[in-house]
Amino acid sequence: MPKEKIERQKMPEQKPHDRIKNFNEVPFGFPQEIAMKEAQRCLQCKKPACVKGCPVEVAIPEFIKLVAEGKFVEAARKVKSTNALPAVCGRVCPQESQCEKVCIVGKKDKPVAIGSLERFVADFERNTNAVKIPNIAEKKNIKVAVVGSGPAGLTCAGDLALKGYDVTIFEALHKTGGVLVYGIPEFRLPKVIVQAEVNYLTMMGVKVETNMLVGKVATLTELFKEGYKAAFVGTGAGLPMFLNIPGENLIGVLSANEYLTRVNLMKAYLFPEYDTPMVKSKKVAVVGAGNVAMDSARTALRLGAEKVYIVYRRSPEEMPARKEEIHHAQEEGIDFQLLTNPIEVLGKDGCVRGIKCIKMELGAPDESGRRRPIPIKDSEFEIEVDTVVVAIGNGPNPLLLKATPEIELNKWGNINANPETLATTMKGVYAGGDIVTGAATVIEAMGQGKIAARSIDKYLTGG
Amino acid sequence: MFKILAKEVLSDCVYKMVIDAPRIARARKAGQFVVLRIDENGERVPLTICDADAVAGSLTIVFQAVGKSTMQLGQMEPGQSIHDLVGPLGKATHIEKYGTVVCVGGGIGIAPVYPIAQAMRLAGNKVISLIGARTKNLLILEKEMAKVSDELLVATDDGSYSIKGFTSDLLKQVMARGIKVDLAVAIGPVPMMKAMANLTKTYNLKTMVSLNPIMLDATGMCGVCRVTVGGKTQFACVDGPEFDGHLVDFDELQKRLRTYNVQEKTAVEKFQHSPSCIDLAMAAQKQVK
Repeated sequence: MPKEKIERQKMPEQKPHDRIKNFNEVPFGFPQEIAMKEAQRCLQCKKPACVKGCPVEVAIPEFIKLVAEGKFVEAARKVKSTNALPAVCGRVCPQESQCEKVCIVGKKDKPVAIGSLERFVADFERNTNAVKIPNIAEKKNIKVAVVGSGPAGLTCAGDLALKGYDVTIFEALHKTGGVLVYGIPEFRLPKVIVQAEVNYLTMMGVKVETNMLVGKVATLTELFKEGYKAAFVGTGAGLPMFLNIPGENLIGVLSANEYLTRVNLMKAYLFPEYDTPMVKSKKVAVVGAGNVAMDSARTALRLGAEKVYIVYRRSPEEMPARKEEIHHAQEEGIDFQLLTNPIEVLGKDGCVRGIKCIKMELGAPDESGRRRPIPIKDSEFEIEVDTVVVAIGNGPNPLLLKATPEIELNKWGNINANPETLATTMKGVYAGGDIVTGAATVIEAMGQGKIAARSIDKYLTGG
Repeated sequence: MFKILAKEVLSDCVYKMVIDAPRIARARKAGQFVVLRIDENGERVPLTICDADAVAGSLTIVFQAVGKSTMQLGQMEPGQSIHDLVGPLGKATHIEKYGTVVCVGGGIGIAPVYPIAQAMRLAGNKVISLIGARTKNLLILEKEMAKVSDELLVATDDGSYSIKGFTSDLLKQVMARGIKVDLAVAIGPVPMMKAMANLTKTYNLKTMVSLNPIMLDATGMCGVCRVTVGGKTQFACVDGPEFDGHLVDFDELQKRLRTYNVQEKTAVEKFQHSPSCIDLAMAAQKQVK
C-alpha cells in the first residue's frame, strides 16, 4: 500500500464547447502512467466487495494488481476470462451503483476508478494488436442458436463458444451489437469498439447471420429441426412507450429509439452522404431522465440544436441515468426542467411548435418505492420547441414472441424465465436481457447471458 | 448480398425486380414486406413482396422510383447485388374462404394487391379485381391480375385506357349489380384508400387497407410507423401493415408521410435524376379522390 495518499485520477476528456460540435468520444482514456497510479489505490482486499457488486464477477483486484505492475495485456486477459466485452463495459457500465459503490476505498475517499481501468486494459490490448484467441474447450459439435446480438446474446455466445459449442448468432438488423450500435451514441461508445468485440467472438468460431429474423424466416421449432439443440433468446427492447397525450403523432415527435437509431445505426447525421434523413431541430425537448434520455439530449446538441431540454416529472434524486452522463449533459448546457410533466404536444400545420407542461411535487412513495409525482394545480406553462423526443422506456420486442406461443410471458409481456436458470417454458430455450427484465443495463444483460450459457451447457451435457 | 436475377420496366418509373433470397421466398406469405438497403450508405427501404418462387428461391418486388433510394434501385441491373434484405416482415393477410372478395389496386398499389388476390383465389374465393391508374402508361400488372381474378375491371383517370374514372367508380358499378360482396381489400395512395373506405362504409362492406407509413427498423423497435386505428396507436410494422380501413385515421397518416419531404428533395437533387420522373411521382402522390 502506498504511504502517500493518491487522489482518484481523472480521465482526460474533450472540453464541453468542443465536444458538442462532434460525435467523437468524450473521455480520452487513461494514459499508461495515470492508469498505473490509479491502480495503486486498490487495497487488494482479501474478500473483495467489488467482485460481488459485478454481475459478471470480473476478477477486479487481480486485474488491477497487474495494471499497477504495468502488465496491461495480462490484465486484459484476466478481465476477459469472465467478461467478453471489457471495452464496452468499461465505458457504459453504471460502476457507481455496482463495483465502485461497494469499493472499500470509497468508504472514506473516492472509490477506485474500476470502470476506467477496465476500459484502459481493453483498449491497450486492442490498440497494441495483442488480442488473441483464448483457450477453447474441445469442439463438441453441438449447435446452439443465439437470437439477438446485443450484450446478452454476445456474452452468451462467447461463453458457449469457450465451452466448445458450435454457436450461431442471428441478428434481425443489418449490423451486430443490438443496443450497443443502434442505441448508444458514438460519443459514448465508438462503433469500432463494438465491432472489435464482435470480431473477437468470430475469431473464437462464433458464426453471425445478420438480416435474419427468427420467428419470421424460421421459428425456433424450425431451428431445432435444422439441428440446433438449444437456443438463447436475447431480443431486447421493443416498441417504445409513448405518453398518450394529445399531439403525440405530430411531425417532430419521435421515440428515443427512432431518434438514436437514425443517428447511430443509420448515420443520419451524415445526411445526405448517408441516405437516412433526420429532422432538423432548433429547440428540442427530451422527455425522461434515463441514460437514453441523456444520449438523446446530447445527440440533439451535436446535431446542431440551439436549445435542448430534459423534461422529467420527478426530482434530481430520482433521475435513473448514470451520474457521469447527467454530469456530461449539464456541462454541455442541457436545460433540466425537473418536476415537470408534459401534458400536451402543441402543433402548427401538423408540426410541433411546443409542449404544454405542468409543474409537479413529490408525494408519498408509490409501488416503485419512489415518491409519487403529483401535479400542482394551475401551474401549466408552455415550452417552445420544434422537436420532442420521448425517452420513457420500451416494451419487449414483439417479433419473435408473437410467433412463439410456447414461450410464456409475464403480465408486462416479458418472457417468464426461471430466475435461477433463465429457462423459458419452451424446452431447450433460455432467455435473458431486456426481453426478460425489461429495460436494464448492459452489464445486467451480460450477467444474464452468462447465467443462460451456464444453464444451456448443463442442459446439453445432462449435468 | 442479394443478387438481382431479373429486371423489367413496367411503366414510367415503375420497376419489377426478381431477387435471389431463398429463405425469404420460402417463408413469405401474402401481405408481407421486406426491408432492403442498397449499399453501406443506404437507408432501410420497405417494399411489399409482390410474388415469390419458393422452388427457385426468388422473390419479386415492384416499386416506383419516387425517392433517391428507389431511383438508385431502379438503375441497378441483373447481376448486381443488394447489400441487405430482411423479411418477411409484417403480419400476413388473413386468408380464408369469405365468398366474394373485391381486390382494389390503385397505381403502384396494384403490386401489393396482386399476392393477396392470388391467395384469396387459392382459398376458394370469387375474386373481382378493380385496378386503376392515372393514365394508360402507369397501369401495371394487368395480365397478372387478370390471371388471379374471376373478373377484372380497369379504369384510368384520364380515360386513355378502358373505363374513364376511378377505382371507386368501378366499385360502384360492381355494387350496383346487387351481388353480395363479403370483403374488400384496397391498396393504393392514401387519398385513394381513404376515398375507398368512405365509399365501402356506405355499403357496410368490411375493407382491409395496407398502410405505408415511414419505417426505419421495421422490426418493432423504433415506433415511427405508428398509425391511429380506431383511436388507438398501432405500429404498422408489427401490428400491420393491414388494418380495417373504416377505423384508420388517413389524414394523420398523410401528414406524417410528409415528415422528410424537404430532405427527400435534397437527396433526389443530389442524385441528379431526370426531373420528369420526380414530377410523375409527385403527381401520383397528389392523385386525389
